[in-house]
Amino acid sequence: MLRENQRRFKFDWITIIIFLLLVAFGYVNIISASHVGEITNYFDMGQPYGKQTVFIGLTFFLIILILSFEAKFYERFASIIYIVAILSLLGLFIFGKDVNGARSWYGIGSMTIQPSEFAKFATALAVAKYISDLQTNMETLKDQIRVAAIIFIPAILILLQNDAGSTIVYLAFFFVFYREGLQQVYLIVALALIILAILSLKYGLIVTSIIATVILLVRYFMRKKKRASLIQYILVLAISIGFAYGVKLFYEHGLKPHQQNRISLWLRLEKDPAKLERMKKAEAYNLIQSEQAISSGGTYGKGFLQGTRTTGKFVPEQHTDYIFSTVGEEWGFLGSSFVVILFVALIIRILYLAESQKSQFSRVYGYGVASILFVHFTINTGMVMGLIPTVGIPLPFFSYGGSGLWGFTILLFIFIKLDSNKINEW
Amino acid sequence: MRKLLLLTIVILVGIVFIARLFYLQVYGGYEYNVFEDSAIKKEYNYPKRGYVYDRNGKLLVANQPSYDVMVIPRDVEPLDSIEIEEFCTHLKITKEDYFKKLDRATRYSPRLPSPFVAQLSKIDYAVLQEKMRKYRGFYIQKRSLRLYQTTIGANVLGDIGEVNRSIIAKQPYYNMGDLIGKQGVEKTYEKTLRGVKGIKFIQKDRFNKDIGPFQDGTLDTLPVPGKDIKITIDSKLQAYGELLMKNKRGGIIAIEPASGEILAMVSGPSYNPNLLVGRNRSKNFTKLYKDSIAKPLFDRGLQAMYPPGSPFKTLNALIALQEGVVNTTDKFSCSLGYRYGNRKMGCHVHRSPADMNLGIYESCNAYFANVYRKIMDKYDSPAEGMDIWSKHIKSFGLGNYLNNDLSVGQPGKVPTAKTYDRGYGKSKWYTTFTISNAIGQGEVLATPIQLANMAAAIGNRGFYYTPHIIKDIEGESIPENFTTPKYTTIDKQHFEPVVQGMFDVYNKGTAKWVQIPGIEICGKTGTAENFAIINGEKTQLTDHSIFVAFAPKDNPKIAIAVFVENGYFGSRFAGRMASLMIESYIKGEISRTDMEDFVLRHTLKHEYAKPYSDEPFGINRQTTLETVSPEEYQNILQIKANIPKE
Repeated sequence: MLRENQRRFKFDWITIIIFLLLVAFGYVNIISASHVGEITNYFDMGQPYGKQTVFIGLTFFLIILILSFEAKFYERFASIIYIVAILSLLGLFIFGKDVNGARSWYGIGSMTIQPSEFAKFATALAVAKYISDLQTNMETLKDQIRVAAIIFIPAILILLQNDAGSTIVYLAFFFVFYREGLQQVYLIVALALIILAILSLKYGLIVTSIIATVILLVRYFMRKKKRASLIQYILVLAISIGFAYGVKLFYEHGLKPHQQNRISLWLRLEKDPAKLERMKKAEAYNLIQSEQAISSGGTYGKGFLQGTRTTGKFVPEQHTDYIFSTVGEEWGFLGSSFVVILFVALIIRILYLAESQKSQFSRVYGYGVASILFVHFTINTGMVMGLIPTVGIPLPFFSYGGSGLWGFTILLFIFIKLDSNKINEW
Repeated sequence: MRKLLLLTIVILVGIVFIARLFYLQVYGGYEYNVFEDSAIKKEYNYPKRGYVYDRNGKLLVANQPSYDVMVIPRDVEPLDSIEIEEFCTHLKITKEDYFKKLDRATRYSPRLPSPFVAQLSKIDYAVLQEKMRKYRGFYIQKRSLRLYQTTIGANVLGDIGEVNRSIIAKQPYYNMGDLIGKQGVEKTYEKTLRGVKGIKFIQKDRFNKDIGPFQDGTLDTLPVPGKDIKITIDSKLQAYGELLMKNKRGGIIAIEPASGEILAMVSGPSYNPNLLVGRNRSKNFTKLYKDSIAKPLFDRGLQAMYPPGSPFKTLNALIALQEGVVNTTDKFSCSLGYRYGNRKMGCHVHRSPADMNLGIYESCNAYFANVYRKIMDKYDSPAEGMDIWSKHIKSFGLGNYLNNDLSVGQPGKVPTAKTYDRGYGKSKWYTTFTISNAIGQGEVLATPIQLANMAAAIGNRGFYYTPHIIKDIEGESIPENFTTPKYTTIDKQHFEPVVQGMFDVYNKGTAKWVQIPGIEICGKTGTAENFAIINGEKTQLTDHSIFVAFAPKDNPKIAIAVFVENGYFGSRFAGRMASLMIESYIKGEISRTDMEDFVLRHTLKHEYAKPYSDEPFGINRQTTLETVSPEEYQNILQIKANIPKE
């Protein structure tokens, strides 16, 4: 009996408290952002906040369920969970329901379930399982390709279902791979590619080519060891320019108009005032409204249910992807900084716990959890406050929605369970 | 190293995000102001503007609803050309007007409402009201405009017009497009009449739809209706005064001496107050404002300053008695004037020598020159005498603003020793330099209302109430200043001889042919020389006709000052008009119809045309009387018939 109690208290309460704070504060803001008229019943299933009440209630059963499994269960069944998740994604092509142009939902009665939210933890388990295998060496190309396949299968399925935002999240695993031994050169190449892409969109091909040439020339003449020949440098330059050209082509012809406009707004590429005016009503509308809502909150905010732009529903999708603008308006700089600090603290705590795991499976999985939360948090809040182009993904634990909340809860609590078991590892 | 990558990025992102939030919310944020929040509609509710009644309870000014189309430029969504055309058709404006007006409103403020098209007709309003939702950023504001129940008293009642930016800057209560009293009682009693507008804050959604009260309506205020006021004007007397002033320029001020209440306040030429209501206000106002010859907006009863002339002599008589330098029986001889040094102040033919009574009713210049010198010579220096004299004069309300509730006024002028020190050098002047003050010329200037007040003070035998226009404010008392008597520096007993003299002006003096049977009127005629600059030369014009009176002799009910520009001698026009006004007020009907007919039939328009004729012209003795055209005469009789009998 005593042993049982001690076990229970081995859960990392710091993480759990941060989780509870986020869910509670998220709930408060969902009420603000979604209520119409007076709030009479918090269980009113006709209202988003009423449903969220139920979702949160069910979350606690889910947590108990997750924690009641043996920690080893997750490692053992990682592959099966992953396969089930992939099957559920595939099933969407046949049984799925279109919502806002994305075929990413199962309809069960009046409820809808979004399997991509659950695919994240499944993928994280699979990645952890594969990397922690004794035979796996992340420095070999063979394993790199295999592990990449694990994340690309769900990512591509989700992309095919027209949910580009959720696809981007899978890039989070790059951090996991890097931690587990992926070569430095990948990081440098990735960084170089991002810079090249931005340069070519913002300043055009000629400027990009000149900059790339200058940098490579400098490196060529400054090199200490004659490891690489001039030919190789020229090859890198050609690839860089080719990539920049490809990005430009893809931007102009490969993207859908609304995606193109989002990037154009972010990089401030559009100069035509008439088109800008049109964009203000379309792609930029949310962005402008959300920035205005946040700014209008000032230092202390307008108070719970007092946000005029929130009450007036000026920001579309405010209770889902744009929930952070409600925080900004009603709770001001103090409230929104608090949320940022909570997320940063949560991620750092998970990273700290991950590093302290004895089992590589638990560590890789913990890293996956931190990376996924980090990407979601960064993209979502960055977008809402106008730093990152619009990508429609929810804010973990905060945004309205059952699938999202459950997906993230499972993701986090599997790790809490794994962490609680670290004493038993050797 | 590998462990630190994500950790570093997470911390960096946290810092960048908080910095961004700081930039948006603290640095770029502002103190929340509901008035600047475009999510909250501010709906103003303008209360009824107080009505204006005359002293007998007759309604003079009421209200009529009016609808303005207002715009908040920031909220306007660009309309396509078909929508603009449709909107413009409803508003009866052109497309260019649309953009011009929008531009003007934006330049004033993109955030605050500006009037877009003011005062729609009722039909336009009815049509537009249904469609307003389509035109985001525009809305209809209901206000109340004035509805005059009368055609008289434009200068008394005044008018309301849109506030301008400088008013808004000084009085933040007002918003663009609000109406404010611009002249007359509308201006002086603006705060009483306007009440306080109410405001409703309404939460809008992004489709510009109202979704309910903001903060449960706790910030909303109800409008406070404006208070009705009763003014001291007797509308019948006012109408009669305006009738008499037709085709002449000048002013009539009638005061009730026992209270200081202004019974009539006529300024000629006048205009119909209805001209300054509604969409035509600015057009008509500009027309009136630009008439620099007839100056209809210049209130001659309050603003015209002239040398008061002979009526001023009565004050010199009173001062002399008070200072004890003469008694009523002291006589001074007059040989067609008064000589001093090698100069002469002329006078007309009358019995000589003159005592005080004769001096007043014959208006003898020599008598008053002597009296004036005696006053001055009582003191060691002319400067000391001048200051004592000046103090007495000022105690009659001359030489300063009356400090009353009229929207305009002039202080007039009463010289002091300083005035002459400045002109001639300290102590380098003598009483003879200022002798014109004896007969109300010289450095003295007064407005008709000051003269009427002077008459009231004489009629009251030594005190007056500040002339005022407010009689009653709904649920409020009128300012104490108006109910406190102001005493002159002259003792009561000195008034009788002067009052007798003024009575004899009617009895046997300069006004004996404007007597009214059955009423004992005390009066004093006057003329004021005046000049105009014609082609760069100072040219004398026909004298202004002035008359000051009160009646009855004991316990006067009315004190009056009439002045008619270029009306020549005092009793010619001003005297007749004063008598008629007194009779109308006291008796309620006119027995001297001959006199009334004289005034109504004659015009001075030819006299006013003279300075602009570019031809040499004669004045005073060389002027002729001209009658109005038969049509105009019929018109005048019609107006007369329309004045209510009771």
